Amino acid sequence: MQTDVAELEKLSPKDRERLALTGLDLEMKSRCGSFFQIDQDVVHTSCNVRGIEVLPIGAALEKYDWLQDHVWKAVPRDKDRYTRYVARQEKPQGVVVIAHEGSASVMPLQACLFLLAEPVQHVHNIVVAREGAEIHLISGCASSVQMEHGAHLGVTEFYVGKNAKVTSTMIHSWSAGISVFPRSAAIVEEGGVFLSNYVCMRPVRRIEMYPTAHLVGKNAVGRFSTIVVGTPGSHLDLGSRAVLAAEGTSAELVTRAITTGGTIISRGHILGETGSTRGHIECKGLILKDGIIHAIPEIEGRRTGTELSHEAAVGKIARHEIEYLMARGLDEETATATIIRGFLDVKISGLPVVLQKQIDDAIDKAEKGF
Amino acid sequence: MLDISDLHVSVDGKEVLHDVDLHIGEGETHVLMGPNGSGKSTLLKAVMGFGGYCVTSGSIVYKGREITHLPVHERAHLGIGIMFQRPPSIAGLKLGKLLAAASHMSEDAIEALAQSVNMEDLLNRDLNVGFSGGEIKRSEILQLKAQQPEFVMLDEPESGVDLENMALMGKAIAHLLEKDAHIVERHRSGLIITHTGYILDYLDADQGHVMIDGRIRCHGNPREILKVVKEGGYKECLRCKQM
Ligand SMILES: Nc1ncnc2c1ncn2[C@@H]1O[C@H](COP(=O)(O)OP(=O)(O)OP(=O)(O)O)[C@@H](O)[C@H]1O
Ligand SMILES: [Mg+2]
Repeated sequence: MQTDVAELEKLSPKDRERLALTGLDLEMKSRCGSFFQIDQDVVHTSCNVRGIEVLPIGAALEKYDWLQDHVWKAVPRDKDRYTRYVARQEKPQGVVVIAHEGSASVMPLQACLFLLAEPVQHVHNIVVAREGAEIHLISGCASSVQMEHGAHLGVTEFYVGKNAKVTSTMIHSWSAGISVFPRSAAIVEEGGVFLSNYVCMRPVRRIEMYPTAHLVGKNAVGRFSTIVVGTPGSHLDLGSRAVLAAEGTSAELVTRAITTGGTIISRGHILGETGSTRGHIECKGLILKDGIIHAIPEIEGRRTGTELSHEAAVGKIARHEIEYLMARGLDEETATATIIRGFLDVKISGLPVVLQKQIDDAIDKAEKGF
Repeated sequence: MLDISDLHVSVDGKEVLHDVDLHIGEGETHVLMGPNGSGKSTLLKAVMGFGGYCVTSGSIVYKGREITHLPVHERAHLGIGIMFQRPPSIAGLKLGKLLAAASHMSEDAIEALAQSVNMEDLLNRDLNVGFSGGEIKRSEILQLKAQQPEFVMLDEPESGVDLENMALMGKAIAHLLEKDAHIVERHRSGLIITHTGYILDYLDADQGHVMIDGRIRCHGNPREILKVVKEGGYKECLRCKQM
């Protein structure tokens, strides 16, 4: 496939900086592969791990007939107008990642989707981890600083095979006028693990998403972590859902939300369809300046032996916590920032160190703005 | 070093401290005793300047400078430090990170300091989250060791600490107060709240005070006071004052 990192080097320094905020590593030092798409053009694909392939969706469908069965299966084609829009495209774009049986890489694979000049970017991504495979994805999505308005429609389907593990970390860095509609879902088979992490610390006009993990095989695990800041004018409608459809499955949905004036709707839904299942939703919100944090956790059990719980709290930083740190010599601003940083610190078990670091960095960079 | 005069402090609109006078000289360590709820912790918090502890009249002068209305961190910068009786837990903030922020010490130096109070395992734990009673006290001592205040206020340093760690705490506190230095070279002062007086086994205190119902009712030799209270309770202090 074409290797044209040069295309990326044509981006303005400001844009490259913004891409770097999403975790993009142009030098590929701690990455095992890459996929870059600017507007509707795939400019680069590569992967250096045996057994793991990164292909544009068109080429992948030509190469593997069986892939057809993985198209619009996790995400229904007619789910809503955004999926229908993506499904209607004659030339679908996006990336297909296939981790063949037993392949594994702890180094993450990066997918970068950049909105440069076109009003709408649409992508359809498919990630398949066959039996026993392990892959970690980091997708950075960003828009050019010169882009004032635009929309990003992204469909991503994850197929996590038996005893396979997929982690997907998404760090967003948009502009205040961009609207984003990711549509993604995962089907996780027996003993499979799916971890999804979402970080958005920068202004955006509107984000609306509600990814679902269908845990269909015994003992499958799903975990969603969401760390977001709602700046003035931002409207973030975020949710995550897990369907516990087989014995021994478990799911955890964790959210940390801060508003500095924006609106955050934090939804969560765990459906216990079978016995011997467990699920927990945890949502904590901090209101730093008047805005909205609306937590809507839902737990729905349908069989004996399903154990579901949720905890949600929205509030402010306790004065006595700030003063505790001030008594150690930190001024009020530093004490507050230190506590906020702690609040956002969600340690995600099972995530490779490089990715945890990427998340930490994204938070550290944003922290200065509070 | 610290001069508190005619201090009245209200909490939630209710006066808790009435007309408190207390003078602590350079190099001196004082002990504050008194029944539960009498206002001892309130006095320490008022000296540190915590919100909610409203000084309605009187003054707090530290090293000749009026600090009654200074913000908390400025008092800390002037050299005042406090060990909390019940510090808050802060999820996500590692003890080690706080030490670094409070002291500008290197990682190695922090590590070594932590070892000195058997706390190296706790550096990577969230501040006070799930800490045992004794661990909280040791973490507080560790923070003070990093901060090196010139005037130290300790709120019940011995409560919840086992015998073995008591010796360690006692020595650490004595060291903070420069008890090992010759009296003429000792500049640090302290105010220690204690119910049991165990701390007096590790350091000498110059003076004791008894607070009852928000007033300091008695000054004297700390061991004498302790003895009287052990034998006759605090009502004995009231009686003696009245005589
Ligand atoms: N933040 C607060 N809100 C409401 N009341 C308070 C607060 N702080 C102190 N008080 C009240 O002031 C009084 C004195 O409390 P303080 O904590 O100073 O007592 P203490 O002498 O330290 O007692 P103990 O020996 O039990 O620690 C008590 O009646 C207490 O309930
Ligand atoms: Mg007290």
